Amino acid sequence: MKKIAIEFKLNGTQRQVEVEPSDTLLEALRERVGAKSPKCGCDRGDCGTCTVSFNGKTVRSCLVLAVEADGAEIVTLEGISKEPSKLQKEFAQRNAFQCGFCAPGIVMSATELLGKKKKPTREEIQEAIAGNLCRCTGYTPIVEAIEAAANGGK
Amino acid sequence: MPITCEFEYHKPKTLPEALKLLTDKGSCVLAGGTDLLVWMKEGLRAPKTVVDIKGIAGMGGFTLSASALRIGACVTFSELIESDVVRKKLPMLWECSRTVASVGVRNRATLAGNICSAVPSLDSAPALLVYDAVVEVRGPKATRKVPVAEWFTGVKRTALKPGELVTAVIIPLTKKKAGSCYVKLGRYRGEDLAQVGVAVLALADNEYRVAFCAVGPVPTRAKKIEALLSGKELDDALIAQAKELVPQEISPITDIRSSKEYRLHMARVMLARGLKAACARLAGDAPATGDNLV
Repeated sequence: MKKIAIEFKLNGTQRQVEVEPSDTLLEALRERVGAKSPKCGCDRGDCGTCTVSFNGKTVRSCLVLAVEADGAEIVTLEGISKEPSKLQKEFAQRNAFQCGFCAPGIVMSATELLGKKKKPTREEIQEAIAGNLCRCTGYTPIVEAIEAAANGGK
Repeated sequence: MPITCEFEYHKPKTLPEALKLLTDKGSCVLAGGTDLLVWMKEGLRAPKTVVDIKGIAGMGGFTLSASALRIGACVTFSELIESDVVRKKLPMLWECSRTVASVGVRNRATLAGNICSAVPSLDSAPALLVYDAVVEVRGPKATRKVPVAEWFTGVKRTALKPGELVTAVIIPLTKKKAGSCYVKLGRYRGEDLAQVGVAVLALADNEYRVAFCAVGPVPTRAKKIEALLSGKELDDALIAQAKELVPQEISPITDIRSSKEYRLHMARVMLARGLKAACARLAGDAPATGDNLV
């Protein structure tokens, strides 16, 4: 199938790539522009490890066609801030991740939550990361890290 | 799993352009894509042409009139949840939208797409059924309006004809004072498909509307239960009678998520909870929406 040239802003930098219509955004990010933080887990929108920000809202990049990103602004974990954010520091300090496979997705989902709510309740935190599966931690340190980041401010 | 089918991608800017593309037999509409991409990966859909409708002006957003709320085909579940109008005027739609998948999926998935996918467990259907919603469909020649009660024709099947496009879902606003409740049973809290979903709308003067999802090939209104309840004050004896009618209203199956016996049992339990919560909300004894049932 004929390739399509698309252009999007990735972590603040304008990028141009050629994609197949059937390429997902996740494939384009990982294989064409080298953004390796979004991972391929379930590849059907259930696990959340491919989460990226698409025009300010988190999406499952495995469920978005790359061509849909033409003209969009995409932020991956690499682009959320130059220095580790308060949230990322809390995650590191509390050993909130073990294998780390879910980490990029959870940080993206939690960052979106904290952008909308300065002081989310525990329930709101749980709801915000309900679509991000972690098989190591049992979630408790993750929820605590997000709570701590919210209470500590930016 | 990569998408293996080959297709052309189009993002028309106008409705006539989209309708022209949709005359192609191998065409497929793309809105949120959260079902379509999974189905393409699994080989359940292999379109030749994908028509992305998100570039068409007028397909997004809400239009509120005195009698109805029109929800454009590209409105996502996150937009429904963030809408004050939806929360105040159609609290059950707000409540059920919050139970759909996860934030990242809701940021993309649309209400219109949900009813076009028409899987039996779709969370939006019971609310749309009790609200007597209407699906606005644009075909090559004319626009037609299909009541939601006639929309679902089978598992993943709808009244949509080839070449047609859903342009909006229109929900009439209830004139009477109302209390509502959507009760969803998942295997755990958080992201899961419904094993059973029950919607109860209690209106002033003891009018009740009840609908189920995930317990039959299509989501349905429970007309026998509604007839039993109609005009009567809700009490424990009446609830017990309503629960007796549940097996006549639904036809659950056994699948990976639960057995039919469990679904049938829980449909009764959830109907009772939904009736109590909706009536408490109507009486002002409970918050209009929220997770804590009475």
